[in-house]
Amino acid sequence: MSYYGLVDGTEASLKKYLASFSGVDQVGADARAAILATRSIKAASKRWAIDTAISMVDLTTLEGADTPGKVQALCSKAVRPDPTDSSVPSVGAVCVYNDMVGIARAHLDQIGGEHVGVAAVSTAFPSGRASMPVKIQDTQDAIDAGASEIDMVIDRGAFLSGRYIEVFDEIVKIREVCGNKAHLKVIFETGELVTYDNVRKASFLAMAAGAHFIKTSTGKVAPAATAPVVLVMLEAVRDFYAMTNVRIGVKPAGGIRNTKDAIKQLVLVNETAGPEWLKPSLFRIGASALLNDLLMQRMKMDDGYYASPQYVTID
Amino acid sequence: MEEKLSFEYAPAPESRAIVSIKPKYGHFIGGKFISGNKHFPTINPATEEVLSRIALGGKADVDAAVKAARQAYTTTWSKMSGKERGKYLFRIARIMQERSREFAVLETLDNGKPIRESRDVDVPLAAAHFFYHAGWADKLEYAGLGTTPKPHGVAGQIIPWNFPLLMLAWKVAPALAAGNTVVLKPAETTSLTALLFAEVCQQAELPAGVVNIVTGDGSTGALIVNHPGIDKIAFTGSTEVGKLIARAVAPTNKSVTLELGGKAANIIFEDAAIDEAVEGIVNGIFFNQGHVCCAGSRLILQESVADEVLQKLKYRMATIRVGDPMDKNTDLGAINSKEQLLKIRELTAAGDSEGAERWSAPCDLPGKGFWFAPTIFTGVTQAHRIAREEIFGPVLSVLTFRTPQEAIDKANNTPFGLSAGIWSEKGSKVLWATQQLRAGVIWANTFNKFDPTSPFGGYKESGWGREGGRHGLSAYLKGVSHE
Repeated sequence: MSYYGLVDGTEASLKKYLASFSGVDQVGADARAAILATRSIKAASKRWAIDTAISMVDLTTLEGADTPGKVQALCSKAVRPDPTDSSVPSVGAVCVYNDMVGIARAHLDQIGGEHVGVAAVSTAFPSGRASMPVKIQDTQDAIDAGASEIDMVIDRGAFLSGRYIEVFDEIVKIREVCGNKAHLKVIFETGELVTYDNVRKASFLAMAAGAHFIKTSTGKVAPAATAPVVLVMLEAVRDFYAMTNVRIGVKPAGGIRNTKDAIKQLVLVNETAGPEWLKPSLFRIGASALLNDLLMQRMKMDDGYYASPQYVTID
Repeated sequence: MEEKLSFEYAPAPESRAIVSIKPKYGHFIGGKFISGNKHFPTINPATEEVLSRIALGGKADVDAAVKAARQAYTTTWSKMSGKERGKYLFRIARIMQERSREFAVLETLDNGKPIRESRDVDVPLAAAHFFYHAGWADKLEYAGLGTTPKPHGVAGQIIPWNFPLLMLAWKVAPALAAGNTVVLKPAETTSLTALLFAEVCQQAELPAGVVNIVTGDGSTGALIVNHPGIDKIAFTGSTEVGKLIARAVAPTNKSVTLELGGKAANIIFEDAAIDEAVEGIVNGIFFNQGHVCCAGSRLILQESVADEVLQKLKYRMATIRVGDPMDKNTDLGAINSKEQLLKIRELTAAGDSEGAERWSAPCDLPGKGFWFAPTIFTGVTQAHRIAREEIFGPVLSVLTFRTPQEAIDKANNTPFGLSAGIWSEKGSKVLWATQQLRAGVIWANTFNKFDPTSPFGGYKESGWGREGGRHGLSAYLKGVSHE
C-alpha cells in the first residue's frame, strides 16, 4: 500500500523519495527558531493564543501508577479545565495508556465530553521494542476500546541503522489497523534521532506512509519538543502540503510546561506552516502541567493579578 | 475556536520614555558640549516627526575639535599606559551595556530600523567592540605588529547612517585602544546616538578631547578630510565619496582606510539546505532594510533549484512584518531618508524598464514616513543596472547559473568586492568557491554575521583596509603594513 503515490512500497522508491529532500543546516534552524522566540505577544492576541493553546492540549497521563480514578479525574479536567468558568474551551484529547482507553472514553461520554478525543499510546510505547504482531494487536486493542487517536512510536533502532523501509512498513501497517476509526500520530522520539536531518527525513517518511500527525516525543526522553525540532517538522508539513495538497498535523510533546512556551509554539506554527495549522485538528501540544499555567495566565488577564495556585484544580 | 484562524499580533511597542531628546544639540569638543551656529532638523523616518535640531559643523568647529584632540593626544592619551587606556574602554563598554535600552530606542527613533535589531544586534555588538579593543590596549606589542607599534595621532572618522552607533564603535574603539584621539562626524540623518555616546564619554570620565564629535553634513566631512591637523582618515560610506577622499588625501601624509559600497553575491548551490538558505537570503537582503554595505543584494541561484527556492522565498517574504520600527515584532522598518527612498525607487524603476520582473511581498505600508516593501526582481542579467549598482534598500536581484564556475564568474563580475555568501552542504565545494571569490568577507551557510574579532573590509572598489580583529587594529598603528 502506498499513500499519495509518493512511494510504491519498495525500498528503492523510498530511498529515492527520501533523497529528494535537502538537508537541514543546524545553525540556521537554531537561529530562525531563536528569532521567532523573541515575538512579543500581548493583549488580545495573547488571550486568543491562550484559548487556542488550551483547545490544542492533549492532556496526558502516562505513568505506571495510573489508575481508573486518576484517569477519570483527568477526563473531568479535560472537559471543563476551569470548573468556575464555562468560557474555557475543552482540551483536544486525553492521552493515556492502552488499558485506560475504555475507562477514559466511558467517563468522558458520561460527563458530556463526547467532543474530547481519547488518544492511546501504542506499538509498545515508549521504546517500540516489540514484534510487529504485538504492535498490531496493541493498536487493535486500543481502537476496540474506543480510542479515536493512536500515538504510535517508530522503531528508532531501525531508523538509525538505515532500515527506513522497515519504519515505513510499520507505519503503513498501523495506519491500516487505524482504518477510518482512529487518527494516527507518529512519534519520532526526536531526542533519540538527535539530528535535524533525521527529524526532517522521519517527517517525510511518516507522512508518505500515511501519518495524520507527526509528533516529536514520548515525553520519556529529553530533549523533547525543542523549538528548532518543531520548526523543522512544521517546514516539512508545509512542503508536504505543497506536494500533495494534504495538510498533516504536528504535535510537539514533552518540555512545554508554561504559557510562554506554548505561545512560542503557536508563533512557530503561524510563521512557518501558516495560520491554517492553528487549529486542534492540525496542531496539538502533548502536556500535563501546561494546562494549569494556561489557566492561571488566563485568569490573570481577566482579573489583572495572579491568583494563588489553589484556584486551579490539580487534576 | 475553530473558525477564527488568524493570529494577529497585537501592537507591542517599546516605550520611548527612557530617552530624553533635547530640542537642540551642539558639538562635543574638549569634553564639553559646545553650542553650534547653524542647525538642521533630524527626523524620525518612520513618522517624519522632527526629533531635534542638529548643529551644522563649520570650519571653526572642526578646527576646535582637531585642536582639542591634538592637545589630548600630546598631553594625556599618548602618555597614558595601555593598561590605563584599557580601563577607560572597559568602562565605556559597561556603560553602553547599562544604557543599552536607551541606545536602542534612540537608534530606532532616529534611524528607522526595527527595535528588535537595534536591541539585539547594533547595541550589543557596539559594546562588544569596546570590550574587545579594551583587551588589546595593553597588548599592542604582542599583536604581531613589531615591538613598539605607535598610534598615528589624531584620527578623523566619518561614519554612515545605516548602523550609526555600531559604526561609531568600529571606528572609536580601535583608535582609542591604539592610543589615538579622534574627531568623529556622524551621518547627517543619524547623529543622536553619537551625541548620547558623548554623554557616555563624560560619564566614564574619559579625559577631555580624546573623543570629539562634530555633527554636520558632507561639507563638515570635507573639512575633516582636508584638515592639516589630522593624521589618519577612516571613512565608511559610498564608493563615490570614498574616491573623493582618496583623491583628497593622496598628496598628504594622511593614512586612510575606506569601507565603501558593495553588491554582494549570495550563491545558492543545488545541494544547499534550502530552508536555511531561504532564511539566509532574507537575512542577507532584508536585514536593516537592506541598508547594509555587505548586503546579499544579488541572489545567484542554481537553475535546478531556482523554482523551489523562489517559491519558498516568496512564501517567507509574505511573513516579513513591515511597519512601526518601535514595535518589538517588526522585522522591516523605515527607509532612513526621503533621499534614499527616491534612490531606491529610481533604481527599481530602471529594473522594470530594463525588463526584469518585479515581485513585492503583500504588506500594508504606513501612510507617513519613508517605506519600501520587500521586493525581488527575477529574470535579472549581468547587464541590468539593478545587477550592478548598489540599491541600498530591501531589493533583491535574482540571477541564475548552471555550473559552479558560472556562479563564480557572475559573482566576481562587479567593481565591488565587499562580501559574498555560499550555500552548500558540500564542504569541498564551499572551500573551492571561497578561494575563487574576490570579496573581503565570505560567509558559508550564513550571512551578515559580525564579530569584533573578525576583520571586515573589501576588495576592489569596496574599500581599503580592514576593520575589526588584529587587521583592523593595525590601521590605527604606525610603522606597520596595512593590508
